[in-house]
Amino acid sequence: MHRVCLDAPDDFEGWRTQARRLAQAGVPPEAVVWQVGDAPGDLFGVEAQALPPARGRPFTVPKPFVTLAEQALLHSDPQRFALLYALLLKVAANPALLGDRADPLLRRVETMASTVRRDIHKMHAFLRFREVEEGGQPRFIAWYEPEHHILRANAGFFVDRFAAMRWSILTPQGTLHWDGETLTEGPPARREEAPKGDPVEAAWQTYYSAIFNPARLMTGAMLKEMPRKYWKNMPETALVPGLIADARRRELAMIAQAPQVPRVTRHAPPQDRGAALRLLREEAAECQRCGLCSQATQTVFGEGPEDAAIMVVGEQPGDQEDLAGRPFIGPAGALFDRALAQAGVPRDRLYVTNAVKHFKFEQRGKHRLHARPNVGEIDACRWWLDQERAILRPRLVLAMGKTALRALTGQNISIGQEAGQGLMLADGTPCRLTVHPSHLLRLPSQAEAEQGFKRYVEDLRGALVGLDQDSAEGLEAATDHLQGMS
Amino acid sequence: MSSLSLTDKLAILADAAKYDASCASSGGKKRDSRDGKGLGSTSGGMGICHAYAPDGRCISLLKLLLTNSCIFDCHYCINRASSNVRRARFTAAEVVKLTLDFYRRNCIEGLFLSSGIIHSPDYTMEQIVEVARALREDHDFRGYIHLKTIPDADPALIEAAGRHADRVSINVELPTVSGLRRLAPDKSQDRIEGAMGAMRGAIADGHDARRRYRSAPDFAPAGQSTQMIVGADAATDREIVARASTLYERFDLRRVYYSAFSPIPDASAVLPLRRPPLMREHRLYQSDWLLRYYGFSPQEVGAAADPATGMLPLDIDPKLAWALRFRESFPVDLNRAPRELLLRIPGLGVRAVDAILSARRLRQLRLEDVARMTVSLRKLRPFIVTADWRPVALTDRSDLRSMLAPKPAQLELFAA
Ligand code: SF4
Repeated sequence: MHRVCLDAPDDFEGWRTQARRLAQAGVPPEAVVWQVGDAPGDLFGVEAQALPPARGRPFTVPKPFVTLAEQALLHSDPQRFALLYALLLKVAANPALLGDRADPLLRRVETMASTVRRDIHKMHAFLRFREVEEGGQPRFIAWYEPEHHILRANAGFFVDRFAAMRWSILTPQGTLHWDGETLTEGPPARREEAPKGDPVEAAWQTYYSAIFNPARLMTGAMLKEMPRKYWKNMPETALVPGLIADARRRELAMIAQAPQVPRVTRHAPPQDRGAALRLLREEAAECQRCGLCSQATQTVFGEGPEDAAIMVVGEQPGDQEDLAGRPFIGPAGALFDRALAQAGVPRDRLYVTNAVKHFKFEQRGKHRLHARPNVGEIDACRWWLDQERAILRPRLVLAMGKTALRALTGQNISIGQEAGQGLMLADGTPCRLTVHPSHLLRLPSQAEAEQGFKRYVEDLRGALVGLDQDSAEGLEAATDHLQGMS
Repeated sequence: MSSLSLTDKLAILADAAKYDASCASSGGKKRDSRDGKGLGSTSGGMGICHAYAPDGRCISLLKLLLTNSCIFDCHYCINRASSNVRRARFTAAEVVKLTLDFYRRNCIEGLFLSSGIIHSPDYTMEQIVEVARALREDHDFRGYIHLKTIPDADPALIEAAGRHADRVSINVELPTVSGLRRLAPDKSQDRIEGAMGAMRGAIADGHDARRRYRSAPDFAPAGQSTQMIVGADAATDREIVARASTLYERFDLRRVYYSAFSPIPDASAVLPLRRPPLMREHRLYQSDWLLRYYGFSPQEVGAAADPATGMLPLDIDPKLAWALRFRESFPVDLNRAPRELLLRIPGLGVRAVDAILSARRLRQLRLEDVARMTVSLRKLRPFIVTADWRPVALTDRSDLRSMLAPKPAQLELFAA
């Protein structure tokens, strides 16, 4: 058994010299014990043998191995010297091995090297200096606890960056001191020797809390890059628990603070819903979110007063709507008008729009036959409906047909038995359901059509009643209903 | 306004900058101050993130607005003229002092300065340039500087910005012209793109000059970048990816940043109040990687999106989405396929692909070899062939997506 003593935990040159000598003498890895400094002798009770004399055989390994070994040697794993020596022998015998990332030993050493690189990088990043006055001049002192033996390897970085400053880096493994010209090393330090604080730190903490966006809380992503083990030496991390705890409140406050009366109005005032709707309509005219725009004549956008209390959502424009660019003017629109008149609901008090804003059809000879929008198209077009609702904020939404309901809820809910009922949309707006007027046009018998129309008129009237109801009561009923459905 | 302390201003003007996505201090030239004269260094390649905020974003640069007053009225912007936020304004000297103070304590890599527009674009740009000039000339600052430039400012000022800064950026703001018209009535796509084009020319000239005379000054060595807001207009992911790729080509951009539109206090009624679609933003960054590092064309990324809605799936990453749509391209033989095909395999990153290429010169790869080179074999298996493994044909597996997608419960966190 051979025992090799290295000068320091990061003594790469020492390891290199000895490893070369051992390898030249053909000593196998299991016959070497590596130690740093004067560690207790007599390991495993085995007498140490003197190193064999170098036999002087030429000995080379590829350059990448040297780089890899230099990094891995800084790892804190006590086995690193032995592992590197074993790898050295393998690589000397077969230099191509370095390309074989599937080799378990190479893989292990590479993992060590990358851990060391990360530790080096984190020290560049997370070390913080504190300023003290010393002889009338500033001096910057940092306390840092690296996980691996990287202190000396990192000196160059800090000299390059802070050459004009006087600084010291204190660690439990050793210290570095720069006086503006030369770098000196010192013995390990204790945390108490480092300054406690620094006047600029409060400003830095102010910055740290202000730059955090509470609406985007992602603690996991933060912890992945800045694990807790680094926190103890960073002044800003003391704020993290408070920032996280307070994030939801701050986000809600951001939203609650929403529309106030604007201070300056230079342009179309943004609180003007009419202006917002007009701009949205212009934008929708260019929509290409799904394939329907290519076939249709134009976008048919919603219509009605911007302060309408009720928003009516239909399915999709038809042939005549597509040509005129206005919703609900074809046969189904006429039926809708008739029913409204009977129900006593003035149409010009309603905002009327469609779930899907382009006409979908199949060409049959000269005729364009209405085709149902599919779920993808409904979901694509939902963006517009959401915007319309966000601007109008109606007190009640009337969904006519399954497509409308899908667009409003994002779910497939059957409408058959639910007609005339209500539910609550995700944002708390009450929503009532009825059939789409075109459904009534397709009913086979006169009797059924009459029956259906009567019910439809009732549903429209019900919407008005729903609007007048005490809103608390209305919401309660709607919530019950929603629960029953899920 | 003068009664505000420096810390008060810092709180207001950093808060106002928090909606900006770009922060990186990467790219550009390696510099140091070993000569003992100046302050600071840059690493050249990757920037250093000095801290992470609880929103998961890296803090590399001191990100500030010179002022959050603005004569413009962009609806998505908290600082727009009609907003009621508290206003503050730094002097150039104050920003210089903060930058140096934080830099000396190793809290930052440098400064990222942007500003609301006050008085006029030229006046504002002058102030921004003055901060950079003072840092570079009066204090010999060698850290990183990223300046946001204002499209309408005098070209001479933009030129000065490029001379002092490592990186310059001009925001395209919104992916669609109609969105820009609706939400940023003071801005025009033509002016923004004109400025980006001019900047591209100036950067190219700078490189040329450097090649001929070594003494020629650097001009924005880290190039230019841009940012667009996602979720405030109707643009689909497919449109956004296409737009980004045109911008990369036309203006030789280093990066396109995406900023999920975020609910802001005192929001304009033109905007919906919703949480920002963070997962969507994440998927767009992933698709950006596919374009820049994985050899996908914008059309191919677009094909990963839902054909009807044009949106990338939220539950799986775009590379997996592409693979599931083009199953006939799989499985790929890890021992034989060229690099381009290996890069298409979901779950294999660039580094793993390089490891496979170098290892397979020496041995026939088996599953256990691959396991040592990658993170998760489970996700990989359906797509690869190795010496000891061949999956059943993918087309036979209708449940593949659900096998590979994460449990929906995890998604709740990100639901918009
Ligand atoms: S149907 Fe809707 S989503 Fe599709 S293109 Fe037309 S407006 Fe856009």
